[in-house]
Amino acid sequence: MTLLSVTDLHATVADTEILKGISLTVNPGEVHAIMGPNGSGKSTFAQILAGHPAYEVTGGDIVYKGESILEDEPEVRAQKGIFLAFQYPVEIPGVTNAYFLRSAYNEIRKANGQEEIDPMDFLDIMAEKLKIVDMDPAMVNRAVNSGFSGGAKKRNEILQMAVLEPTLAILDETDSGLDIDALRIVAEGVNKLKRADRSTIVVTHYQRLLNYIVPDFVHVLADGRIVKSGGKDLALELEAKGYDWLLEGASA
Amino acid sequence: MSVMSYRDQFAAFSSNGGGAGPAWLPALRQRAFDRFSALGFPTTRDEDFHYTSVAAIAETTFKPVRGTEPTTDLTALAPYLVDAGFNRLVFVNGRFARELSSFAALPVEVSITTLTDAIANDAGFVQEHLASLADIDGNAFAALNTAFVTDGVVVRLPADCVVDTPLHIMWVADSAASGASIFPRVLIAAGRHSKMAVIESFVGLGGSGYLTNAVTEVRLDDGAYIEHYKVQREATDAYHVATVQAMQAKDTVFHQFSYATGARLSRSNIYTKLGAPGGEGRLNGLYMLAGDQHCDHQTYVHHADEHTASRELYKGILDDSSRGVFNGKVLVDPIAQKTDGKQTNHALLLSDTAKIDSKPQLEIFADDVRCTHGATVGRLDDTLLFYLKSRGIGKETARALLTYAFACEALDTIEVDALRESLEALAFEQFNVATVS
Repeated sequence: MTLLSVTDLHATVADTEILKGISLTVNPGEVHAIMGPNGSGKSTFAQILAGHPAYEVTGGDIVYKGESILEDEPEVRAQKGIFLAFQYPVEIPGVTNAYFLRSAYNEIRKANGQEEIDPMDFLDIMAEKLKIVDMDPAMVNRAVNSGFSGGAKKRNEILQMAVLEPTLAILDETDSGLDIDALRIVAEGVNKLKRADRSTIVVTHYQRLLNYIVPDFVHVLADGRIVKSGGKDLALELEAKGYDWLLEGASA
Repeated sequence: MSVMSYRDQFAAFSSNGGGAGPAWLPALRQRAFDRFSALGFPTTRDEDFHYTSVAAIAETTFKPVRGTEPTTDLTALAPYLVDAGFNRLVFVNGRFARELSSFAALPVEVSITTLTDAIANDAGFVQEHLASLADIDGNAFAALNTAFVTDGVVVRLPADCVVDTPLHIMWVADSAASGASIFPRVLIAAGRHSKMAVIESFVGLGGSGYLTNAVTEVRLDDGAYIEHYKVQREATDAYHVATVQAMQAKDTVFHQFSYATGARLSRSNIYTKLGAPGGEGRLNGLYMLAGDQHCDHQTYVHHADEHTASRELYKGILDDSSRGVFNGKVLVDPIAQKTDGKQTNHALLLSDTAKIDSKPQLEIFADDVRCTHGATVGRLDDTLLFYLKSRGIGKETARALLTYAFACEALDTIEVDALRESLEALAFEQFNVATVS
């Protein structure tokens, strides 16, 4: 069964149309890369999938696991297995990573009719997941992203993803601002979490990340529309030729 | 009218113990009372009280504390101790409670005594320092405190003395304080290169409708580092007025933190004068209000010499119909070149009827300075909320966590770990977040 089916999605922010009819189908186990120049709407698309309240969907539908999620609050989407790794993760002073993640973990379990897990057992889970992103165990007791470097914040996003085990992970420019070592760790973390029943949407400006997270499909977004789709070779072509040739084609 | 009622009380007080002690003391009291009489209580026509009416205090006749035995015991105090291992001086309804106090961890060279004992044994020192910093000529409440001062704490830190264990001074109001006024007084004289943290807690334990009118004076000699934490947890129908006045010599750090959650009406004056190069004043605070509480902070940093610095971070969380006031005054004298000042006040309004008046007030008479101020008033940030919700956390929990996080940013500046942790736990509890582990 199709995991995610986006059809003719239109969205606005403050009466400006940002998405002008996006259609996309993601099957279980697939990795889709969404690329495009700045201002193409690719980050907006990622945030709308997670339910960001700043955007208004004015047309089309998002069907996930066979049901429209347009009316679902962000927390409900998360409880159904959608995860967005933020381009700019926020800082939450005073709230430790452990507490924050356990709250999230338990709310998701509760919503799915599972029992909550106690703090000690949760620490065991954390210890396991920390290895995936090669993070210092001391980070567990630090306040969420508070005073973290850009790279540590991105790594923390992947840690959260590892703990919450989403069915659909959306990475919004997770590679931006990362040096090559951090990029490799983040990408390896994502790859370790890959499973036949889990799908990933990677939003990125650069082809570089796709050397590590190899996509099954590449879509190019420009001016709120998908102007070209292809296999992983499309990313290489974009790297070599830039976006301009596609933009000309789009407006012609 | 109420100034009149104090006249009778002062006459009675002077003839009944208040007139005792070395001759300079009754003279000081009389001078202070005369100033209070002349000034009267401030009104909202006074610029310094523009947003805060103290009419409720002026129109109430607060009686002296009745001479009954205090009912407070250690069990009742337990939730307010912060850390039982701290050196502790407890005053119940303004009177020293020796049996509740403990000085186990105090270095021998430090002198910490009650004001009464200091007047008896160290009169010269008290005469030199009492009311030497607080402005009893212009501040009616400080004058009133000085007129009626009965007991308090005198801390003398000798040069180079570093005290690792904080001193916790607790001002407790129990049921015998109901309708009465209490006049806490603290003198801290920190010698050259000395270092210490002092916590002053104001705790309502059964008292109602009382007035706490406190004055703390802190003198820092060259290189001294003093932390002063004011933890105001008065009864919710009490009145609280306090003045903290520091005087900083060369290369000193005075770090003051004002935490306020109690009292129906409170006003805290946090003042410091940076009188020599290299001095740094850090004035931080957190107020969390609900119901119809009114809480006013006035900070005043006087940069009186070159190369001095000040940092202020105040945060407020206001619910229901509560009202907060923050007035941050900074004065930079002509001589005070290279002043580096930064002031920030952020308020979070949790309801439509809560209100904050935030007034930075910078008067700069030097031309080579860096002084900034910033204030925000608002609701929880949508992006922050979205972040938490996108992790599966429901709206109510997300709001509670973010409100707590907002408070923590201010509490993070507290250097005494046990105090920071206990205030974090209080904030956590207040916003109904499940028990932290």
